[in-house]
Amino acid sequence: MKEFLLVFRRDFVLNEVQSSPEQLQAMMKPWQDWMGSLAAQNKLVNSGNRLASDGRVIKPNSVITDGPYVEIKEAIGGYIIIRANSIDEAAELSKDCPILSIGGNVEVRTLVPMD
Amino acid sequence: MQENELIPHLFRTEYRKIISVLYKLFGIEHIEIAEDIVSDTFLLASETWGQKGLPKNPTAWLYTVSKNKALDFLRRNKVFLEKITPEIEKTETTSQEIEIDLSNKNISDSQLQIMFAICNPCISTEAQVGLSLNILCGFGIEEIADAFLSNKETIYKRLQRAKEKLKTEKIKIELPNQHEINSRLEAVLTTLYLLFSEGYYSTSQNTTLRKDLCLEALRLNLMLTEKKETDTPIVNALLALMCFHSSRFEARTNQSGETILYEDQNINLWNIELINKGEYYLNRASQGNQLSKYHLEAAIAYWHTQKSDTIEKWESILQLYNKLLQIEYSPITALNRTYALSKANGIKEAIFEAEKLNLADNQFYHSLLGNLYSNIDNIKALQHFQAALKLAKSKADQITISNAISRLIVEKENNKS
Repeated sequence: MKEFLLVFRRDFVLNEVQSSPEQLQAMMKPWQDWMGSLAAQNKLVNSGNRLASDGRVIKPNSVITDGPYVEIKEAIGGYIIIRANSIDEAAELSKDCPILSIGGNVEVRTLVPMD
Repeated sequence: MQENELIPHLFRTEYRKIISVLYKLFGIEHIEIAEDIVSDTFLLASETWGQKGLPKNPTAWLYTVSKNKALDFLRRNKVFLEKITPEIEKTETTSQEIEIDLSNKNISDSQLQIMFAICNPCISTEAQVGLSLNILCGFGIEEIADAFLSNKETIYKRLQRAKEKLKTEKIKIELPNQHEINSRLEAVLTTLYLLFSEGYYSTSQNTTLRKDLCLEALRLNLMLTEKKETDTPIVNALLALMCFHSSRFEARTNQSGETILYEDQNINLWNIELINKGEYYLNRASQGNQLSKYHLEAAIAYWHTQKSDTIEKWESILQLYNKLLQIEYSPITALNRTYALSKANGIKEAIFEAEKLNLADNQFYHSLLGNLYSNIDNIKALQHFQAALKLAKSKADQITISNAISRLIVEKENNKS
């Protein structure tokens, strides 16, 4: 079994409107069910985190810019770590990720253990 | 109470109290002295009470005799006395007049300290549960063997080895300091949880013994809530869980010890008092911001005390299982989550998810799929129930599955005609 990082990207600008608690709840359910499904298969290693939309990008010579959404339309919205036999299986497991139903995408990367 | 029942009864209730105080007095390195004194006391009781009749107050008799025996031992063994008196002096009195305090407060303080000494990761969790049953609950080796579905020799050896280990590791009988208490509590709670589960889910047919295990776990857990230092949210969460589960004790088996499934249980047999207690402790558990697996399991157990099938109930249970699995995976949690999924999101989705679980060697996996496929694809349902029956070990489970199979077959016959 190997471990894989799943990075969720989506367009942050689309979702500026403040959501009501009920809407938030409705938005969260597919995520909770999907993570629960991965965990029920014993494939979830780390529930990861969601990321806020604001950020800073630091470049050489003390250049700090707001971002990263200014430059990359598809900003990282969150990540988790899963367990799978191969990258193909990890990709297969990502097919049900709720990010896909709101126009986002999932990037699957193999974790390389540090020795 | 009959005379011949009195000594076993007192053994169960008083042995653990006297032994805790003496353990504390002699320290872990000399626990066999404490054990000898208590055994001698009970032996003497059975001899003299048989000849001279019962004393007025048998419990007080046991306390006095064991105290005197302990004092005799200390006086006779001057060397020993000199060695351990520095220890005793600090806490108790002078070397001349050693007080052996068998008050309720000292008994429960000693028991609590022993609980922490026993629940030490240096011995296996099985041994921790066994020692707790033996020392804190006054269970004999035979009863413990019965509860673990094992034999006396194995259990005896296991407990002896564990005691030796505690001695060589020089484990102190004391309450950990405030910094350590939370991390040390984890091991204590794991043991209490296992002790309770052993009673609640055991395949042993001895229902009285099983109920006793659960009650003992409840009693020890309650003791933790009664002491300020150990009265933490997580301790309350586990206690709430035990209360909710225990509330269904009378309803979950019939007179011949067969399991009655949740759906078929008579709500009137549910213990309202325990449900209320569970709610009380669950409220106390929600202070602070710690969310442990015991909190989640207690919340799930709370929803199961609500018999009516509302959307809110099953959606809540599903989300609690989703969180629980993220804290700790277990096949049975995964299967329970899938059942909740069938109630919250529909049977089709649940079947789809169940088949991903990769648990084909688990009887409950097949029982779940048998249930989910019933009335949707009865041939598949039957195949799964038959697979479950092959894997089932306990008689109670075999009966439950056979009943499900005969229901399916009856329906098939009815549909034909």
